[in-house]
Amino acid sequence: MKKGYEVVIIGGGIMGCAAAFELAKRGVVDILIIEKGCLSSGATGRCGAGIRQQWGAELNARLAMESTHIFEHLEEYTGYSGDCGLYQGGYLLVAYTEKEWAQFQKNLEVQHRLGIDSRAVDLQEAQEIVPHLNTNGMYGATYCGKDGHANPFHCTLAYALGAQKMGAEIAAYTTATSLRASGGRITGVETDQGFVEAGIVLNCTNTKAPELAALVGEDIPVYAERHQALVTEPVAPLMDCMVMSFQRSFYVQQTPHGSFVMGIGPQEEPSHNSHSTWQYLEKNCAVICETLPVLRQLRVVRQWAGQYDLSPDRNPIIDEAKNARGFYSLCGFSGHGFMVAPRVAILLANHLTGREDSLDIRRFSAERYKTGKLLLEPSVV
Amino acid sequence: MSETSTMLCRCEDITLEQIQDCIAAGFRTIDEIKRVTRAGMGPCQGRTCRLLIAQELSGHYGIPMEEVLMPTFRPPVKPIPMGVLADAYQEGGHE
Repeated sequence: MKKGYEVVIIGGGIMGCAAAFELAKRGVVDILIIEKGCLSSGATGRCGAGIRQQWGAELNARLAMESTHIFEHLEEYTGYSGDCGLYQGGYLLVAYTEKEWAQFQKNLEVQHRLGIDSRAVDLQEAQEIVPHLNTNGMYGATYCGKDGHANPFHCTLAYALGAQKMGAEIAAYTTATSLRASGGRITGVETDQGFVEAGIVLNCTNTKAPELAALVGEDIPVYAERHQALVTEPVAPLMDCMVMSFQRSFYVQQTPHGSFVMGIGPQEEPSHNSHSTWQYLEKNCAVICETLPVLRQLRVVRQWAGQYDLSPDRNPIIDEAKNARGFYSLCGFSGHGFMVAPRVAILLANHLTGREDSLDIRRFSAERYKTGKLLLEPSVV
Repeated sequence: MSETSTMLCRCEDITLEQIQDCIAAGFRTIDEIKRVTRAGMGPCQGRTCRLLIAQELSGHYGIPMEEVLMPTFRPPVKPIPMGVLADAYQEGGHE
């Protein structure tokens, strides 16, 4: 660690590492990434790893679509020698109520305007896509064959090593403890390894972002919600596609490794709790076995918990602190930060280096909660 | 036995050589190695390989075994069929 850097990034998840890479690519190479654990030890490493373009809000759909295009060649893009594990087996979003089915038709319109290759399918075709699917109670589904999932650890590492090759430094097992600002600008970060000067600081700390931003007087209305997931033993390929429901609040997919990863939405108060529970384990199995009875034989090998950084309108926040210019918070991804990080990183890097971008970064400002110009997202598990 | 054929994580088929490559690349903890190689993520959840990887880290970085950072031990302790858990939920009605 040097005495100071042009840019200090707090958080070594996909967002921090992708931002470092995109900045370095644009010639800003004097970068330090501070990570309190190891890379992807927070939300990125705990996420469901899905990549879906079937969103209801235009901005989410666009961020996800343009990020998917990067995931499709991330190894080449970053010069990574490993495998980022992208698998585009599709997403089947199932509707259980008439209201939901009507919402899906609206979502398709949004997606089609952007050129996303999604479509409505009837229950017979849904069963052809996912042969073991129990369609009882379903109205229909929408399907996009270019949705899928990737390996969050390898994607993050690909960005981190790519940034490192261009000159960025990574300080793992280093915790940011406080911020310093002077004359209305950010000047540096206090860490448990000493003070680091910084011209720009990126706050990529997921659910901890509001706490850090509050140190410079910025109010970020993001809260933490515990979500749990589990993984089974690997078996021969049973299905290509992710199955997801908003009404029953679940998602389930088979990874290229053969294991099934799944989760259900919680019904609990906001908290930073990251412990898993046996009550959840039982309920998750009950919900998924009803939809895919064939999975009853599969053994669960591991369960874990992580946090969603929920914003009021379930859309990302990219915010520069008013009293500490140069301090940017990137948070509020509401459980889908992994799949939009590549495009958000580009948007931010373009902004910081004075380049044009087809997206207006101001639309993501936390100001929208005061002005009421929300970016409402109807479709989140 | 050569290092390329010594199976260190038997669930995920990870060799001693792969672990040593990770350490040579700068990885400092079992958690980091687990994330990149899947060592310890199989049905036995690292019961065999965890301490073997710790031994390699201990040797390479010259730190005592007890100071090698352990990964989180996650439930269930032994693999359980989803059907058994699903039935327990239906019977118990836990929330």
